Amino acid sequence: MTGLAPEPVTAAANPPVEPLETNLGARDVVRASAMPDLPAPDRRLTEVAKLIDVSKCIGCKACQSACAEWNETHPEIGVNTGVYENPPDLSAEMFTLMRFTEYDNPATGDFEWLIRKDGCMHCEEPGCLAACPAPGAIVQYSNGIVDFIHENCIGCGYCIIGCPFDVPRISPKDNRSYKCTLCSDRVGVGQGPACAKACPTQAIVFGTKTAMIEHANDRIADLKSRGYANAGIYDPAGVGGTHVIYVLHHADQPSLYSGLPDDPQVASTVSAWKGANKTIGLAALGLAAAGAVLHGLFARANRVSAEDEAEAQALVDRSGEGSA
Amino acid sequence: MTQGMTRRHFSDRGDRILDRDPVRVGRYRLFTRINHWIIAATTILLLLSGLAFYWPPLFWLTALFGGGQTARWLHPILGLVLAVGYLLMFVQLVARNIPRHDDLVWLRHARDVMDQNEEKLPTLGKYNAGQKFVFWAMAGLILILLGTGTMIWHEVFPDLVSIPARRWAVLGHSVAAVLMGLTFILHVYAGIWTRGTLSAMTRGWVTGGWAWRHHRKWLKEVAGRRD
Amino acid sequence: MTNSWTDIGNTDLAIVMGGNAAEAHPCGFKWVTEAKANRGARLIVVDPRFTRTAAVADYYAPIRPGSDIAFLMGVIRWCIENDKVQWEYVKNYTSAAFLVRDDYGWADGLFTGYNDETHSYDMTSWEYQIGDDGFAKVDPTLQDPRCVWNLLKAHVDIYTPEFVSNVCGTPVDRFLKVCEMIGETSATDKVMTSMYALGWTQHSKGSQNIRGMAMLQLILGNIGLRGGGVNALRGHSNIQGLTDIGLMSNLIPGYLNIPRDTEVDYATYMSTRANKPLRPNQTSYWQNYGKFMVSFMKAMWGDAATAENDWAYHYLPKLDVPSYDILRTFDMMAKGEVNLYFCQGFNPLLSFPNRAKVTEGLSKLKLLVVMDPLQTETAHFWENHGTFNDVDTASIQTEVLELPTTCFAEDEGALVNSGRWLQWHWAGATPPEMARRDIEIMANIFRRVRKLYEDEGGAFPDPILNLTWDYAEELAPTAAELAREMNGRALTDLLDPADPAKVLVPAGKQVKNFSQLRDDGSTMSGCWIYSGCWNEDGNMMARRDNTDPDNTGAFLNWAFAWPMNRRILYNRASADLQGKAWDPTRKLIEWDGEKWAGYDVPDMGVTAKPEEVMPFIMTNEGVGKLFSRKGMVDGPFPTHMEPFESPVENVLNPKLRGNPAARVFPDDLAQMATSDEFPFVGTSYRLTEHFHYWTKHNPVNAALQPEFFVEISEQLAAERGIRLGQQVRVWSKRGEVWAKAVVTKRIRPLTCAGKTVHVVGIPLHWGFTGVARKGWGPNSLTPFVGDANIQTPEFKAFLVNIEPVEGGPLA
Repeated sequence: MTGLAPEPVTAAANPPVEPLETNLGARDVVRASAMPDLPAPDRRLTEVAKLIDVSKCIGCKACQSACAEWNETHPEIGVNTGVYENPPDLSAEMFTLMRFTEYDNPATGDFEWLIRKDGCMHCEEPGCLAACPAPGAIVQYSNGIVDFIHENCIGCGYCIIGCPFDVPRISPKDNRSYKCTLCSDRVGVGQGPACAKACPTQAIVFGTKTAMIEHANDRIADLKSRGYANAGIYDPAGVGGTHVIYVLHHADQPSLYSGLPDDPQVASTVSAWKGANKTIGLAALGLAAAGAVLHGLFARANRVSAEDEAEAQALVDRSGEGSA
Repeated sequence: MTQGMTRRHFSDRGDRILDRDPVRVGRYRLFTRINHWIIAATTILLLLSGLAFYWPPLFWLTALFGGGQTARWLHPILGLVLAVGYLLMFVQLVARNIPRHDDLVWLRHARDVMDQNEEKLPTLGKYNAGQKFVFWAMAGLILILLGTGTMIWHEVFPDLVSIPARRWAVLGHSVAAVLMGLTFILHVYAGIWTRGTLSAMTRGWVTGGWAWRHHRKWLKEVAGRRD
Repeated sequence: MTNSWTDIGNTDLAIVMGGNAAEAHPCGFKWVTEAKANRGARLIVVDPRFTRTAAVADYYAPIRPGSDIAFLMGVIRWCIENDKVQWEYVKNYTSAAFLVRDDYGWADGLFTGYNDETHSYDMTSWEYQIGDDGFAKVDPTLQDPRCVWNLLKAHVDIYTPEFVSNVCGTPVDRFLKVCEMIGETSATDKVMTSMYALGWTQHSKGSQNIRGMAMLQLILGNIGLRGGGVNALRGHSNIQGLTDIGLMSNLIPGYLNIPRDTEVDYATYMSTRANKPLRPNQTSYWQNYGKFMVSFMKAMWGDAATAENDWAYHYLPKLDVPSYDILRTFDMMAKGEVNLYFCQGFNPLLSFPNRAKVTEGLSKLKLLVVMDPLQTETAHFWENHGTFNDVDTASIQTEVLELPTTCFAEDEGALVNSGRWLQWHWAGATPPEMARRDIEIMANIFRRVRKLYEDEGGAFPDPILNLTWDYAEELAPTAAELAREMNGRALTDLLDPADPAKVLVPAGKQVKNFSQLRDDGSTMSGCWIYSGCWNEDGNMMARRDNTDPDNTGAFLNWAFAWPMNRRILYNRASADLQGKAWDPTRKLIEWDGEKWAGYDVPDMGVTAKPEEVMPFIMTNEGVGKLFSRKGMVDGPFPTHMEPFESPVENVLNPKLRGNPAARVFPDDLAQMATSDEFPFVGTSYRLTEHFHYWTKHNPVNAALQPEFFVEISEQLAAERGIRLGQQVRVWSKRGEVWAKAVVTKRIRPLTCAGKTVHVVGIPLHWGFTGVARKGWGPNSLTPFVGDANIQTPEFKAFLVNIEPVEGGPLA
């Protein structure tokens, strides 16, 4: 093996072709599910991001195709249900999905066809990771990628419960959870995600998060010049920002785009479940168990006395006579 | 017959004096005891696997089941076994677990219970308020755990309810599980602290003295019965 | 394309009309997004459906299928009325000033010379006034009422915004907004590009749709400029190559013609070609026709083609009809007049109109040979697939041979893209065991046929026995050998005409390009327009240098573009009369006082003086033709015509049906419907998830768009009681299909001639082979009629009916 791969800065550039050892792995993990005391890694990678410019997207599904090809998934050949979404939903065989919304804009009187590529947002504070009970089944690398380590996955579905974007899917074949990896295996060898590479209009671009925000601001300026006064970035603070960000023409109404959450955050129920509930519950159980043990050791046991036995004997004898 | 019925306020049909000297009182039939221990075993396994999912430092407990994947699919099945077992037990024991006025008095004297001031306590039927509490708490918690567990049983019911509902379910499931754990501790400890109790569930009988001391009305009724 | 894909990135305004670039050409559409993102360019989409192109457009206007001419003439009228004309360009570079004969005229939707019996025009009057000097008369002041400009003004006068709206169903405000955006590009520093595809060609007047846009672009001064032009987006990756190389029944390579039977000898054939210039000092490049023709004949028959035998002109087949296009061929087939059909890289059972007639034709063959990498429906036309292909197998006697071929990725060679770039590619995969290259199969067949002629003589063996076949391996000619043959070489030493002592090209060497071809038999070239693709400098098509000085989008060292590696046709028009770029930021070539030079290969003799020789050297006029004279059989100007099956009458003349000059076979007219029986307009199209009928064999593509559907408006769904996703039956006078209903806001009812017109969108891509779900193509429904000029079938506008179905044949 030769050296380590460089950190990729774009998906469009031609990647290195020599064999390289992956430059993204266990040593870059900053957070792992059910492993609260993970030591900080010795290095920090530059944060990356995938920018999805909805205003440039033509809904061609090349990203879906590239995703299936690269990840060797086999999305089902389904049926037409009267809409353009195919497969009908994200699945363990389809990590990304174009979602189409038909929108009559009341402000302009124009019809708009809003097309959004759905998939994992790679949250800075991932709800899936917080919810996951299996140590190391979900990890977050220092570049921001949230990845599922399938051999550690137990298939409980808690990641689905934890995710504010309804992204992970359990495979009915192997009962493990799947989602977009942001092509961590490609990023590790200096390439951008397959979807970004395949996107014909560069609606999907990839690079450092700083560069992507900068690019997004250029795009927003362009959109504002075309009359989209509310154009903006979708990088929701509620989950600490994301490593998949959108440029939206209507950033004031994300939910227009097939229900993209307006203000996503890890649900209060999930926080309660994994937070206060756990502390209080464990404390209560611990105290109860300890109390029982201490009481058992130091308090006097409730014993049956000889008198009790005698009384019983007497009672039984009496009733025996009466009934005989 | 009518007489027999009227006399069974405090005892179940199978309860009877097994031996008169020393007195041994039959408290649980074999079926009940086996069922109890199935329930006990599944509860323990459920608590262990549940704890493993609940608290990462205990995730290693899944190894007892052959790994996380196995623990994941086994847990809800054990839950079903528990629910069915408890349902049978519930049907058997519910009549004697209806709260009565005596229970209130007994509870008011909780301190005397702990201090073993037996003379200050009311005489009781087959169960005291503590036992009844365990009975009802378990019934309620198992019902909650069954309901919420079904909602988050992804493998079998992947889309039974919405994700927000599943979030409530998983929260409810864990709260109920903690409460069940507490009830379980209470139950086990009470059984151990109150010496002479265990044999009711192991061999099916208690000594006359135990019955006199803790469940005098029950003893009186059983002793006075002719069946 | 006049320009290239990369050049679209230079535009200020892209209009996609008659196409759906984002869906059908997503990779090429990238250049529109580049222009939008980097130059702030705007995008207009005019389409019956709100397509995925419209989803990223700045402005969208709906239009009724088949009414594009009215729209375009309306835009021209608006531009003239509002002085949105690039006057210098129009006066100097177009035929605006040419005077037309007094007997030319137009009335009631028809031009002068129409013959009601033959359904064709006598085009005599469609001609300029010719002066005594043999040149066309002109009036540079544009005052003469008979000048082309004034005739054009009069011709478009009826196309008011209200008229357009009434015919096209486009709301007046939307139409006017489009006009305003287009009109801005008449400025010398604003350029519009037109991108069209089958949405314009697949009509009975498809050629006139494109003419309309070409005229508009001339008026705006947008042809020959960076970011401008009239750009045909070709469908297959190599369909441009198909036409270039002459795979048409009436063409030989390089857009030369197959002779008609009236052209009995070479001199007669050449008498109507090699056009003389119509104005003094102009270049009429087709005067070189003979050089290309003779070089082609030498490439075909080598020493057997001599000056004495008219270069073996008698070897060439002669047409007794204008063309044996697919419609005529299948019409003959259905009449039992064809024995053997060699079907190479086509799937007519799903691609040609009126599938019932196609099936009938194939069933009457003796032998059908299908060469294809995939199992096509055509090869299996005789198999019964229930409702999906309901044929009586036992009654079909056609013998079918399937010869599996390699696909493009398993072979090397050049693909020609829409921008005329010949891009060499190398094999990327090993072909499966039985598959063989098309060339090898053809070579094997040829050897056997030649053997038969050798052994048995036959009626006319010479063209076969004398055919040049000097490939290293007789049965496996290589792509490189064929490319070198197309480029051409000197057969004897070519001497410099200026200095006979100097040898320009020694015998046996490749010519540099077609400027070295000669008509004396000293050169050969299989396809003159490709000459220069593989000369003594090597394989120019394999070049991969993507440097682009000053970011002009030309990429002159990337692959090879015909002709002469020129990237923008008519690029001389990018400069004003004196030879300076109209817009210095868009400089392409300029006159430096002695010669033309710049970023592109000049489309002009490099020393031709700017104020003398005009830019459009492929015309006899030397200028862009606003009046096409006899160039098109259905009129010198585009005039509004309805589709053959239309929901409304032609407002210009209710007696007219379709294109009055189109060829319709008698039986087919009887199978055309009126809107009483079939009230809705059907239109066919492709989806971005699939490529034609190929990718239904690929599981990934099949998963992305698994099943046949039709698209209808919410209003039509309500009218017919159709639910989202429900099965529907769609039928025309020729056939029926079952599909899932996509009910959408993207198609809306239009109001035309006071009538509500509903459109039913019918994508193709499904059949009965492959891994996607079984379905049908729109060709089960479409009429058997083509464009009057080139016979492209009318797939884009026809009449259908629709009803909901419970428990139909679909899943």
